Formats: sequence, C-alpha cells, structure tokens
Amino acid sequence: MTASPAVETAPEAAVAVTPPPISTSDEAPDQPRMVSSTTEDDRLCLIGAAVGSLGLSWILYTQILPFSGKIGFVIFWFVTYVVMYGSVTALGNPAPIVRDRVWSAIVTGAAVLVGVALMSTVIYTVWKGYHAFLHVNFFTKSAAGVEPTAPLNQGGIIHALVGSAIMLGIATAVSLPLGVGTAVFMVEVGGKFSKVVRTVVEAMTALPDILAGLFIYAVLILALGFAREGFCAGMALSVMMLPIIARSADVALRVVPGGLREASLALGASQWSTVRRVVIPTAKSGLATAVILGMARAVGETAPILITSGASTFFNAHPFNGNEMNSLPLYIFTAVRSGEPAFIERGFGAAMVLLLFVLILFFTARYLSRPRVGR
Amino acid sequence: VTTTLDHPLAPDFEPDDAPLVLGSTRDLGDRIFRISARMVGATVLVITGGIAVFLGYQMVPTLHHYGLSFFTENQWNPENNVLGISSVVLGTIEVAVIALTFSFPLALLTALYITEYAPSALQGYLVAAVDLMAAIPSIVYGLWGLLLIEPHALFVARFLNEYFGWIPGFHVAISGSSPSAAAFEQHDFEASAFIAGIVVSMMVIPMGCAVMRGVFAQTPIGEREAAYALGATKWGVIRTVVIPFGRGGIIGGSMLALGRALGETVAVYLIISPDFALKWRPLEIGTITTASLIANFFGDASNVQLSALLAAGFVLFVMTLVVNTLAAIIVSRSRSGAATEI
Repeated sequence: MTASPAVETAPEAAVAVTPPPISTSDEAPDQPRMVSSTTEDDRLCLIGAAVGSLGLSWILYTQILPFSGKIGFVIFWFVTYVVMYGSVTALGNPAPIVRDRVWSAIVTGAAVLVGVALMSTVIYTVWKGYHAFLHVNFFTKSAAGVEPTAPLNQGGIIHALVGSAIMLGIATAVSLPLGVGTAVFMVEVGGKFSKVVRTVVEAMTALPDILAGLFIYAVLILALGFAREGFCAGMALSVMMLPIIARSADVALRVVPGGLREASLALGASQWSTVRRVVIPTAKSGLATAVILGMARAVGETAPILITSGASTFFNAHPFNGNEMNSLPLYIFTAVRSGEPAFIERGFGAAMVLLLFVLILFFTARYLSRPRVGR
Repeated sequence: VTTTLDHPLAPDFEPDDAPLVLGSTRDLGDRIFRISARMVGATVLVITGGIAVFLGYQMVPTLHHYGLSFFTENQWNPENNVLGISSVVLGTIEVAVIALTFSFPLALLTALYITEYAPSALQGYLVAAVDLMAAIPSIVYGLWGLLLIEPHALFVARFLNEYFGWIPGFHVAISGSSPSAAAFEQHDFEASAFIAGIVVSMMVIPMGCAVMRGVFAQTPIGEREAAYALGATKWGVIRTVVIPFGRGGIIGGSMLALGRALGETVAVYLIISPDFALKWRPLEIGTITTASLIANFFGDASNVQLSALLAAGFVLFVMTLVVNTLAAIIVSRSRSGAATEI
C-alpha cells in the first residue's frame, strides 16, 4: 500500500518534466539564463540609497542638527545610508533579502573603515616623513650636537639606524640558533620534557614587551652590572624574539611529511643526518619566514630599548662600550615627545625608514614562503 | 601446568627463552644530537620561564614592604612611600576593554568581508594586507593616533559626553569652567583612556582579523552549499554556517587581541597623561596602565620600588597569560580548531 501513491503520482511527474518543444531555426536564439544575482533594480537601489542618504545627511547634519565635524558626518551618512538602503529594498523584497542587503552594507562599510584606517597609518607616515627622507644628511649624519629645532638639512638618524641594525643583529644571533634549536627539540626529539618546553614557549609569546626590557634591566644591568648599552637592548629584543621564532619554526617543522623522515631513517641515516639533510632543507623556507617575522616584530619594539638602552644622540657602533645606543623606534618616540615640529618631522622620517624596513622583511618572508610548483 | 607438556611441541619449550629485543641503539652522533637538542630546550625553558619566576619572586619583597594594601591602594607616590596598583589595574582593563569594544566588531566584520564578500581576485591581496598591518610597529600606530586621530576623536568624545553623559561610563567631570560654558573645554577630553583605546584597537584589529579569517576560510564547502541549496541568502549562510563554525576562532582571536591590548606600552604611553585616580570615566583626561607605569617610573626607582614595578609587571603578565591560555584552549577545543589539525 505504501508504494501506491508514488506509482499514482509518477505519470504527473513525468508530465511535469517533459522538456519544452525544441525551438526551430526561425525563432530567436535562446537567451542564456542570468546567473548573477544582481539585477538592474538592485544596482539602482544601491546607488539611489547612497546618493539620497548623502543629500539627506548633508541637509540634516550641516544645516539642521547642531552637529559638526568630519568624522561625525561620515558616521551619520553611513547610518542614514543603511537605513535608506534597507527601506528601499523592503519595498519590493521579502524580509530575508532585506536583512541580507543591510548586513552586506554593514560588513562592507566596516571593512572599508578598517582598510581606510590602516592605510591612513602608512599614508600619513609617508606624507609627513618624506621631507626628511629627501635630505641626504638624514642618512649620513647623527643627531649629535643638533638642536631639536634645527632645520632638516642638519643632523640625521645614522646613529639610530646603525643602533637598530646592531641590536637586531645581536638579537638574531642569540635567538636564531636557540629558537630553531628549540623547535627541532620539540618536533624531532619529543618526550614529556618537550611538552613542558612547548607550553612555556607558548605562554611567553604573551609576554608584554616592556616586561622583557624590565627583566633584562633587573638581571643584566642591576644584578650583573652591565651599563645601559646596545648589548642589553639586543638581549631584551632576543627575549622578545625567542618565543616567536620557536613557535613559528615549530609549526614549519611539524608540516614536514613524516614519510620523508621515515624514508631517510629506513635508508640507514642517523637521526642527526635526517634532521640536517632532510628535515631542515625541507622546512627551509618556513624556518626563514619564522626568523624574518621575528625580526620584523623585534625591530619595531620601543619599550624594551627605552629601558635597557637610551636615546643617545651620537654615533655609537660598539654594543659593549658602556654608552647608550639609540634605535629607530626609540628615536621616533623621543622625537614625538619633544613636541618640536622640526624634530617631529624627523621622527616621521625615521618612522618611514622603519616602515620600509618592516615592509622589506615582510615581503622577503612572503617570497620565501610562497607556494612552489612541483612540490 | 602438566597439561601443556602433553602438547606435541612441548619438548622444545624452554622457559627462559626471551623474546628478541627489537629497536636499535643510537650511535654516538645521535646521542650527542639528542642531548644537545634537549639542552637547547632546557636553556630556552630557563630563559623564558625564568622571567615569570623572576617577576613572581619580586612579589615577596613588595608585599613584605607595602603589605596587602599594594593591591588596594590607588596612589603611586614613591616620595611618601605609598604605592599600590588598583588604579593601574583598573586603567589597564579600561583601555583594553575600550580597545576590544572597537576592535571586536570591526575585526569580525572585516574577516567576514574578506572571506565572504570580497571579489576573489582581491582576496589574496587583502589577506596579505592584514598580515602586513599586524607587522607594523606599535610606535607607528602611536604616532598616527597621537597626531592624526586624537584631534578628531576629541569631538567624538565630546559628543558622547554631551548626549550620553547620563550613562555612567560616558560622564566627564568638567574641571575648568562650568559645564554650561560656551567655550569647549577641549583639554578635558585629551589624553584619555578612550583615545588610547581607539589607537590600541587599531593595533589589535589585524591580529584578531587574521585569526578569524583563517577560521572562516576553513568552513566546510559542503555545509555552505547545503545552506545555499536550501535557499539561504549570503547573510543566511554567514549566520547559520560560517559564524557557528568559526565561533572558537572568533572568541580565540578576540582574546588574543585582548592579551595584546593589555600589554601595549608605547602607543598608550604617548597618548595618556598619568592619573592615579580610581575612576571609571574613560572619556576624561588622564588614566594609567601597567605598561606605561613601568615606562614612566623605572628610571628613578629605588630597589624596593623597582620590586614593586616588577610585581606590577607580574600582575600584568598573569593577566595576559590567563587571557592567552584561555584563548588557546578555546581555539583548540572548538570545532574550528579541530579542522586545522594536520
């Protein structure tokens, strides 16, 4: 009995799916069906709401309501736009579509806001900084003996540039072997102890940057009697970098296929030669990316250097001579806090150099970690 | 025992026949490798774990000297030997909460835009841009916030105070002239936790956004298509498939952002003006965070004051550690985390 309704309905279904008569050559050719979901009506809705809300908010905001300010206008316009777009859509569409449109407007608006805000950091820095950037002395002179109010054709940031490079060199020299070595230990050797190390390393990526500086200040400077100098700043940066490198190198080593290791071991290679000749070459680009991203993070750190070195104005390329060594972020920091327009402009120039450096590191990392054909 | 001897193979049975030991002995090079790898691991454990132990140990002289009022006192007044971190902790949380209020919706919506709405040709570039923004040094965000954002954000703060001042958090105690004065007391809205929070939020948006985007991109294609096949709109798919799938990533990413916001130093230090009053008026001038307290006072601190700063740093570290550990647990427990396992 249960099967009978299906049998009875079958002829009807067959009628329903009968294909339409095949068109003869006299008729117009078939129009392909529109796959895109946007219609003329939708686009006009969008444009109309945008223009209408702009006009309405202009009248309300600038003429009638007691508000002022550019940011306020943009917020007001956006809210009006969303309301207007929603109501225009509601005229001819069911509620789910109205919700869909309103949310797409909000999501796009938020993304545009974030994009504009983030782009503005870069553009603003470049816009304010390129004046200083154009002076050759900006890259060849230090700030020794230069008044904060001096014009841009005096003094420069060579001391901060060299300081940053030396500190970064020290930090990388310390954390590269330790970080990659820890990752090799966690992935290749393993065991209970490696779980402890992994937990602690993950916890330490959460360390606020200033605490790394304070730790080095208390241990190296106060307890062991080092001066506030480049070496201490480099060590503080390496404390910041170490967990970052160890963690990303850990991820890079873990994605090496186990079959490669087993093939190497099955051929009789020892574990050390497997690591050296198979695992590390395979993960090479991932490891390089880990180190470069750690460097990009460390080069922009201000707080640890503020504590462990100092904002000197003179050229100092010796990390151990007991004199303070400046760095780019700290130079920017000092420049902004001085409040002098000319000095602030130099600070922006230095910020532009720093941004450029981070950009180069970032794109190098992306270039190294790009997916390769045939692997 | 006797029955086994009846078996035809019994005479061959020898009770002391031991199974062949499988496995290999490692050669000398490997043993050296394993030992030195373990030593590197131990060194890193000592260095990194040492910080936590070292900072925590500073609690002892601090509490010995200042007593338990170290946690309840709000003044940081080394001259009068009165130190406490209650206003510092409050300010830290205040700035972080404001930062999260802005960054959470913006990061979520931006991540949704990148995975769901952006044209596919643009997607790769947007992902790279977000990653790049996460690498921009905080001092650059500080510059941007201090010189570009603060002059505009002042007006937003004034607006909020003017129209929503009756809500407790939006109140500002106008200091100089009377509240009804025609002249706008711009000074009252400068250097506030609100403005610091906006700048910190910009700094943590790329981080939160990157985590959320990564999780949204892993939403199973079959479930999306199932929702579309049932007639869902794009927002319907997002609401019923993408967001439930990515819930772990949303919470985890936001908490990672919160952890970063709690520990931010220079951008906040540049913007706020130190104020140790125990208050919940974020729009008003003056606040203090733990990191900026340390940057402010480490230079001329005596021994016991330095311990106090380190102890304050330890409190900050514990806060960020708890937040980050919770984030890691949430991300790994959620379904979205499980999908990332290789």
